[in-house]
Amino acid sequence: MTVETSTWATKKGLAQMLKGGVIMDVVTPEQARVAEDAGAVAVMALERVPADIRAAGGVARMSDPSMIEGIMAAVTIPVMAKARIGHFVEAQILEALGVDYIDESEVLTPADETNHIDKHAFKVPFVCGCRNLGEALRRINEGAAMMRTKGEAGTGNIVEAVRQLRDVLSQIRRLQSMREDELFVAAKELQAPYDVVKQVAEDGRLPVVNFVAGGISTPADAALVMQLGAEGVFVGSGIFKAEDPARTANAIVQATTHFDNPRILAEVSKGLGAPMRGIAMEAIPPQERLAVRGW
Amino acid sequence: MTRIGVLALQGAFREHLDTLAAIGVEGVPVRLPEDLENLDGLILPGGESTTMRRLIDRWGLREPILRLARRGAPLFGTCAGMIVLAREIAGGEAPVLPLLDVTVERNAFGRQLDSFEAELAVPVLGNAPVHAVFIRAPIIERSGPEVDVLAKLDDGRIVAVRQGNVIATSFHPELAGETRFHRLVATMAAEHAEPGEGSGRRPHPTRRSRA
Repeated sequence: MTVETSTWATKKGLAQMLKGGVIMDVVTPEQARVAEDAGAVAVMALERVPADIRAAGGVARMSDPSMIEGIMAAVTIPVMAKARIGHFVEAQILEALGVDYIDESEVLTPADETNHIDKHAFKVPFVCGCRNLGEALRRINEGAAMMRTKGEAGTGNIVEAVRQLRDVLSQIRRLQSMREDELFVAAKELQAPYDVVKQVAEDGRLPVVNFVAGGISTPADAALVMQLGAEGVFVGSGIFKAEDPARTANAIVQATTHFDNPRILAEVSKGLGAPMRGIAMEAIPPQERLAVRGW
Repeated sequence: MTRIGVLALQGAFREHLDTLAAIGVEGVPVRLPEDLENLDGLILPGGESTTMRRLIDRWGLREPILRLARRGAPLFGTCAGMIVLAREIAGGEAPVLPLLDVTVERNAFGRQLDSFEAELAVPVLGNAPVHAVFIRAPIIERSGPEVDVLAKLDDGRIVAVRQGNVIATSFHPELAGETRFHRLVATMAAEHAEPGEGSGRRPHPTRRSRA
């Protein structure tokens, strides 16, 4: 029997197993256990949630490996961790730790302003952020096995996530309506490889699973993006910046499963306490927006 | 027509629905107890078993699924679905739907870096091997006397079983374009819905269709 590890099918396949689920940012083993108990499908191990990274300013880097290992030891669900955009050595370190997925993330300060990590060179799978279809297809071409729209992390404001998800999905619908010869131009305009563009036009969906991140802080937010066509959600600051993290986490899990059932959404939204406070987009100067990182 | 449910709480349920569609069987996503009505079988997909366990309990799906199984409808669990169907989970976690007399070990091969693909002999499905995708997969450590082993790895570890109307695999046929497991389940579901061959004398043809 020939056995092949870390194939494209296994990389992309793990993301398929996470669908319909909630991936939660955690900064301690205790938070990781709260997330697992609430029904998270995976946790993202990091030193500070995006809201705190935003508040602290300065350079945000990969987390301390011992802290990531502590979280890996605390839960049985998959553990993801973030590397800076283009920082392939941080990615090598995370792979050596044995994390289940690496997020090449705009939430951390980019290490390379031109190049993203060559993700084909790794055995561990990667998830990457995107704001539109072209960006998604470039990341997939570099080897990303899962995508997420970026939203605007640490704001508790869903508006960017909605804009970006609608953008990606409407661009896919546009491709589906094109003649084959028009797809060549579309590929040029999307700045994405023709083969991937053609595949998306045929399938009507990205070749990898697509989650939504950046701004989800209530069950209704999660259900909104699921109804729009997300395959699952990342919740960063929205859980542990809420008044009652365990209940909020559980309610968002229920809402992600029953996203199209308003009766259940009403039930799980009751009495959760205050969500994270949130920031209006106008209050964030353009140079402090995280979603514009990555290209 | 045979209708097979796919537990759609979380995980790779769309892939199972697509596989059923590919073999011409109606698939029904199942999230609440009422979705289980008038089903002839149920597939429990891959995903995170800890998440599925919580959602199954939260929405009261445990008893109605056990009732469906007791009526003889086929159940098919892949990966997390196999964990959910096991009578015993190594490490002491409580079982969810204890229908298979086996002990499963979760994440038995290690972490994601140890996920793999292999060509697997599954004699009950014919000579062509099954292309099996294992993702943070469980294995069957122990299987009871009433359990038929359908497939093993070269090292002897059990990765596919059947006990009566319940089938489970450690791996994901639905990710590899493999339809034979689903065909088997569909055949079992059809027999359950409308016992024909082997069931003795048939009723008059115009009285066969069910409400």
